[in-house]
Amino acid sequence: MPKFTRLATRRNFLLGLSLLMLALAPRASFALEVDVSGGRINPLPIAITPFLVGGGAEEAGATLNEVISNNLGRSGYFEPLPQNSFIEQITDFNQEPRFADWRQIQAKALVTGQVYVEGGKIRVEFKLFDVNSQQQIAAQQFSTSPKNLRRIGHLTSDVIYKALTGIDGYFDTQIVFVDESGPKDQRVKKLAVMDQDGFNVRTLTDGSELVVTPRFSPNSQEITYMSIGQGTPRVYLFNIVTRQKEIVGEFANMSFAPRYSPDGQRVIMSLLTTDGRNSNIYEMDLRSRQLRQLTNTPAINTGPSYAPDGSQITFESDRGGTQQIYVMGVDGSGQNRISFGNGRYSTPVWSPDGQYIAFTKQAGGRFAIGVMKPDGSGERILTEGYHNEGPTWAPNGRVLMFFRDTPGENGGPQLYSVDITGYNEQQVQTPGFGSDPAWSPRLN
Amino acid sequence: MILRNLGGFRIAVALCCVLALTACSKKNTPNLEAANAGLGAGASSPGSEADFATNVGDRIYFVVDQADLTPEAEEILSKQAAWLQQYPGVSIQMEGHSDERGTREYNIALSARRATAAREFLIAQGVEANRISSIAYGKERPAALCDAEQCWTQNRRAVTVITGGARTS
Repeated sequence: MPKFTRLATRRNFLLGLSLLMLALAPRASFALEVDVSGGRINPLPIAITPFLVGGGAEEAGATLNEVISNNLGRSGYFEPLPQNSFIEQITDFNQEPRFADWRQIQAKALVTGQVYVEGGKIRVEFKLFDVNSQQQIAAQQFSTSPKNLRRIGHLTSDVIYKALTGIDGYFDTQIVFVDESGPKDQRVKKLAVMDQDGFNVRTLTDGSELVVTPRFSPNSQEITYMSIGQGTPRVYLFNIVTRQKEIVGEFANMSFAPRYSPDGQRVIMSLLTTDGRNSNIYEMDLRSRQLRQLTNTPAINTGPSYAPDGSQITFESDRGGTQQIYVMGVDGSGQNRISFGNGRYSTPVWSPDGQYIAFTKQAGGRFAIGVMKPDGSGERILTEGYHNEGPTWAPNGRVLMFFRDTPGENGGPQLYSVDITGYNEQQVQTPGFGSDPAWSPRLN
Repeated sequence: MILRNLGGFRIAVALCCVLALTACSKKNTPNLEAANAGLGAGASSPGSEADFATNVGDRIYFVVDQADLTPEAEEILSKQAAWLQQYPGVSIQMEGHSDERGTREYNIALSARRATAAREFLIAQGVEANRISSIAYGKERPAALCDAEQCWTQNRRAVTVITGGARTS
């Protein structure tokens, strides 16, 4: 070790992306009510005007408009107004908008922007206005290689989302998932990474091994996953940049269900006991390769996930007879069951803000995705049906992604997202079938 | 209905399964793949993979969320053990599988338990431990593809796969 550099390389530096200006002005005059358990959110009408283009950037302008509008619309918190309803046509980036025209079409917020090519680089500027108060509330300028155009769209979406909701955005993020193809009994499974909106899909493995449960490292440059190949199924690390694959440990038996610690220095996973009957949770330090056993019960203990502050671990265990969710200290102390509802609970994942644990729940032959507080109280089901499994959190803790399987010979899994309120369920596009999604942290 | 694994009978049962799915036994569901493998062979040569699959039975089934061996499973495993002792050069891999009605990580662990239960039974019957490797597939490799209990029953299984030393038929 370490074959991988665990230095927190700044993505911005790698991309040569420069944030030239950030002018954050007064807060919006309206409050977008984004309660967690409340009812449906009334989406905020927002006018995103066509980006003004210069120097052969016509296509870039259209792409930016599409990315931003798509992101904000899909979040469920915004309603991008159709461009053909606009009364004022913005022709100069520096002109003061005629706010009365925007009020008339019920727009609460207004985005203007321009994009042009300069010295081989693409330059993007935008402004966000509060229509009621007639004030500029955000503005930013980016200069980057043209290949990062969609990222600029995501970064812009993040600025707008944050300025209007007060919550950090989640658009400049990626999803690692399992790309599935072929017949159900001979499914080919490949590791794949894509932007959170389903674009820029890159497959990372060739499909010769069955890969499951990929999870991002905190710096989003590595993935830990389980591979079922010819030999004993094992947990691996995969570096997205170098495409190097590394085994986490040569244990006597199978290793599975891995996840990184919040500091990226450790991997927590299940190891099959030497008698082959039970599974216990272990933590491996990636530098010293020291292994620490955290559970020791004659049961299936698996699906471990750290609290974001690294002080606790949630996991599932059938030690009481059926799969239930437990919480313990990082040293394995104080293992307490927290799920007591009707049914079986599994695949617990701690939310990035530490306030919730998301899970899969099986009851009455159906599979639901839900959340509860780490003390087990406040259980809420977000979606329910034939088969929903394996939630993952957007870094802002507002959106969850999971996979939904469909029955029968031609059935297969697809990725979906849902708001923490349980509203705004959306399918996430993937090239074929997709399963086991895991959301990256924010990239910027 | 207990399967006596005569090649022709197996095929007949397999056809019955296609024609009238409900007629199939719950516990000992016939194995279409093995039946197909035996097609046209009539008499597969003793000690071959086909002999094992056709005349012994290469798989056992489990109850929902269980890794305990049923009496039917033990009967088949006993025959497997006898066959393996007759052909001491044969090595095998015990594959554990689950149905699709569970979560991924748990099913991997559950299918490992199933492979272990089957492997340990063979060892207790006198098959040398170093001839039997095992692997857990969880719900990743279903054998039957419908969305009903009659398929899930066939997917909760341990399959004995010959990895070396069998005679070529």
